[in-house]
This record gives sequence, structure tokens and C-alpha cells, in this order.
Amino acid sequence: MADLATTGPTSQAAPARLDPYRLRGDFPILSTANRFGKPLVYLDSAATSLKPLAVIEAVDGYNREYSANIHRGIYEMAERATGAYEETRVKIARLINAPDPHEIVFVRNATEAINLVAYSWGRRNIGRGDTIVLTEMEHHANLVPWQLVVQEMDGDLEFVPITDDGILRLEVYEVLLHLRPKLIAFTHVSNMLGTVNPVREMTEMAHAAGALVLIDGAQAVPHMPVDVREIGADFYVFSGHKMLGPTGSGALWARRELLEAMPPFMAGGDMIREVHLRRSEWNEVPYKFEAGTPDIAAEIGMGAAADYLMNLGMEAVRVHEQDLARYALDVLPREVPGIELYGPAAELRGGVVSFNLPGIHPHDVAQILDRSGICVRAGHHCTMPLHERFDLAATARASFNVYTVPEEIDALAVGLREVTRIFDR
Amino acid sequence: MDDLYRDYILEHYRHPHNFGVLDAPTASYEGSNPLCGDRITMMLGISDGIVREVAFTGRGCAISQASASLLTDEIKGKTVEEVEGMTPDDLLELIGIEISPARLKCALLSLDTVAHALADEAAEKAEPDGSASAPSSTSA
Repeated sequence: MADLATTGPTSQAAPARLDPYRLRGDFPILSTANRFGKPLVYLDSAATSLKPLAVIEAVDGYNREYSANIHRGIYEMAERATGAYEETRVKIARLINAPDPHEIVFVRNATEAINLVAYSWGRRNIGRGDTIVLTEMEHHANLVPWQLVVQEMDGDLEFVPITDDGILRLEVYEVLLHLRPKLIAFTHVSNMLGTVNPVREMTEMAHAAGALVLIDGAQAVPHMPVDVREIGADFYVFSGHKMLGPTGSGALWARRELLEAMPPFMAGGDMIREVHLRRSEWNEVPYKFEAGTPDIAAEIGMGAAADYLMNLGMEAVRVHEQDLARYALDVLPREVPGIELYGPAAELRGGVVSFNLPGIHPHDVAQILDRSGICVRAGHHCTMPLHERFDLAATARASFNVYTVPEEIDALAVGLREVTRIFDR
Repeated sequence: MDDLYRDYILEHYRHPHNFGVLDAPTASYEGSNPLCGDRITMMLGISDGIVREVAFTGRGCAISQASASLLTDEIKGKTVEEVEGMTPDDLLELIGIEISPARLKCALLSLDTVAHALADEAAEKAEPDGSASAPSSTSA
């Protein structure tokens, strides 16, 4: 465990597999230690990911070398900033196979993207008695904005329930579609259960019923191949900071005709074509939705993160993290007596494992693990209704990323046995 | 190894003092930390301005429950004024372990809940048409 960055089995991996031991060297933070001198075992990537040197340098490069505003200056440095910013749009479009980079709207995070759609599209298209269908496993970010919309517009929310294994009940979804909902909004991958939802099938069903589809891809884009054309979605949102990029970066993708018909979400500079004292004309998409100076450095950093991930290959990332989930689901019940695990089998999940130790609050679990340098999330993970569904006040959660290695899951198991020992003594 | 999870803290967590309900509390309040799911109901039996009886129920982390156990021991027999005068630092000293910023809410939930219970009781007494039974001299 002493030096994870450089040890580990020498892999003679096929090209499609990634080598987590080698790429750990790309993440400077992994060579740090906590206040107890323990090396970092970071198992909270679903909250935010660590950042590779390529991303740190991209942000630094903008700040050091060309920190001009975008879409305004005529001088060379400003053109360079605009170029890097717009190049990121192209990279993000490539990452999710969007047909047109101008369908990518930069936002601060997935939450802002959903709010943008809720306020702009929702207020114009959801009317009295209209239904929006969500699921029981949504992050608050894909729940609360819709609560506000239906409260204001006098619409209704319906929810696709889940099985005890954390799988959406599609037979109920099919029934809900008979209500002729206007919109279906659901997560691609659950941030608590890890469930990977059948997004393509669900989108087809929604379209057949005449509904539009918004997919929360915050836990999917960083971890697996995502192809918005193949899925057929109408809106797809994600955060940069969960995909190795900086905080303050994120993206909304939507079909161009939807974006063109939507009114602006925020108003100000850069989103206008002409401004008169009493009226204005909007800029073209996506600029219509990007009022004011954005977090230029962060978005450029997200572009570097997209490059980094595409260079690894998203299929290889998916295989690696599914292997880790399988390993955790195998090792933890064996090594940690009494541990309760939530969510589906490894085949149906991403790199997320939520758990509890009987009789011990997850905050106590997380606090004791911290002494061993192990970072896990404890709480409701912004999914209170989902925790209510399982009659849980809170859970602890271990989540993985490209730099996670099986030895860290071993360390978690040892740490959890220590928690049990302290509470049983 | 662990400053936070000393034996006496865990002992209070496993076997909390004053855990249960009062038949006829004169003040009670349910406090919670929605972020972690800690929940405590404090019940006080006050007469002549003195906390004669105290009990609590709840569930949550070791810190929140041990804190409630220690606090209820401490305030039993004290005057309302003394209890109202207790500061977060007083409670942290009573708990006697170093609490990290992220866990302060867990540690202080018990005192916060007691303060709410006392404030509610005081507000009830102050209501002119309320069933005020205590002499006006007790109002702070």
C-alpha cells in the first residue's frame, strides 16, 4: 500500500485495457499524504474526480499565458482564448458524439444545465395538468428544478419506482407513459446505487409516447462511452469536475431546434445580437445561453479532460471501473462481516458501491476511515427520496475512477474491519 | 489510535444515559440534522425554574448520541437560567474530544435541541391566552 503510484502487477495489457498503476502518475494529488501521514486512498470520485496534470496545466496555461476574455478582443491573445474555448466545444461534442458543436452549451455543472432546461424549456412547454415523469433514483438536481416548474405551472410529477435491487421498473414506466407526459427526465447512472439505466430503450419508449427526454449524465460521461445520437436523447447534461475536469465546468447538449426555440435563461453580455434601450435580439445558439463571462479556464480544462479520457478510450475506462465494482462486491462481503451493500449486480452498475455497517452511522464510518487516509462519502448523497425508499437515514459510498486500483478496495476492507473493531470493543 | 472514539464516548453511545421518554414533559423538542439524519427528541420536566427530569430519544451517529447522553446528565438539577447560559464551548468541553468542523453539527445537536425546547416553553408561557401556569417571574 505504501506507494501505489509505482507498484502493482506489471500488466501486459491488451490495447483496450487501461493501466491504472501507470496513469496514477498523471495525478499529482495521489502522491500526497493526509495529516496522519497516510497516503491518499480516494474513493469519492462520484462527488468529484481528481485532476490530471494535463488539466491542471491547461487551466494554468490559460491563466499564465492568454487570460483574455472571449468573443470580444481583436488582439492575438483574445483570439487565442476564444480559440481554446471554442475548441473545447468541439472536444466535448466529440466525447458524446453530438452532431454539432454549436449544440453544446457551457454551464457551471449538470445542476445548472438542468435548471437551464427547466426554466427555459419547462416554463414555456409545461402547462396546467401536464406531466413530467422522473424516477425514484434521481439526484436532487434532477428533482427539485422540476418540482419548481410544476408548482409554478400547475403541472404534475410522476415517478418510475425501483426494485429492491435498485433497478427501474420499466413495466410501471410503460404505464406512466399512458399519461402522455411532456418530458421524461432520468439519470443515466445512479450516483447512489450505481445502476446503469437502459437509456436508449427508455428514450425510444418516451418518444413513442410523444415525450421529450432529458438524461442526467453526470455519473455516465466520465465512466463509459456515451453517444447522444445512438441514445436518441433530446437533452443530455453533465459536469466537468466529475470527468477529471475543473470545478465550474459543465455542459448541456440539446438538439439544435430545441435550443433555437427556447428563450434565454440568463440575460446579459455575449448572449445578444443587438441591444436597444427597450428591446434586444438574441445571439445564435449556443451563445444565447451563455450570458456574461464564463469560467473560461475551467471550460478549457474540461476540454483537456475530454482529451485525456478519449485518449484512454471510454470503453477501456468502462471495463476498468466495472472490474473494480465486481471486485468490491466480491471482496467487501467476504472481508467485512455484516456489511450491507445496496444496488444491482456488477453487470448492471458503474463504479459506485454504497454500504452500511450494521448499528454504525456512516458518518462514524467515514470519520474512522479518514484516519487511514481513506476518503468515502457519508450521508444521503443528494438522494433523500431514494434513501427513504430503502428506509435508510444515510449510507457510506465508495466510488471509483480511472486511477482507482483494487488495492484501494482492499484498504477499504481493512479500514472497515477497524471500524467494526472500534465499535465492538 | 482514535481521539474521537474514546471508550467513554462509545460507552455513552451504546448505553446512553437518560434515554427514554417522560410521561409529562413540560418542554420538548425534536431536533435533526437533515444532512446526516441525526435525530434527537429532548424532553424536560421543569418546576420552580429547575430542570428536575430530562430524557431523550433519537438515532444518529456516535457523536450526536453520546453528546445527548452527556448533556442530559449535566443539565439535570440545574436551573433553567444555567441551562440557557450553556454555550457550545461548554458542551464541547463536556464531551472532551476534539471535534472536527464537519462534525460540529452532530456534537451540538443536543444543546441546540434543548435550547429550542426551552424557547418553545418560554414562548408558550408568554402567550396571553396560553395555559400559563407558572408565575410571570420565571420569564427571562
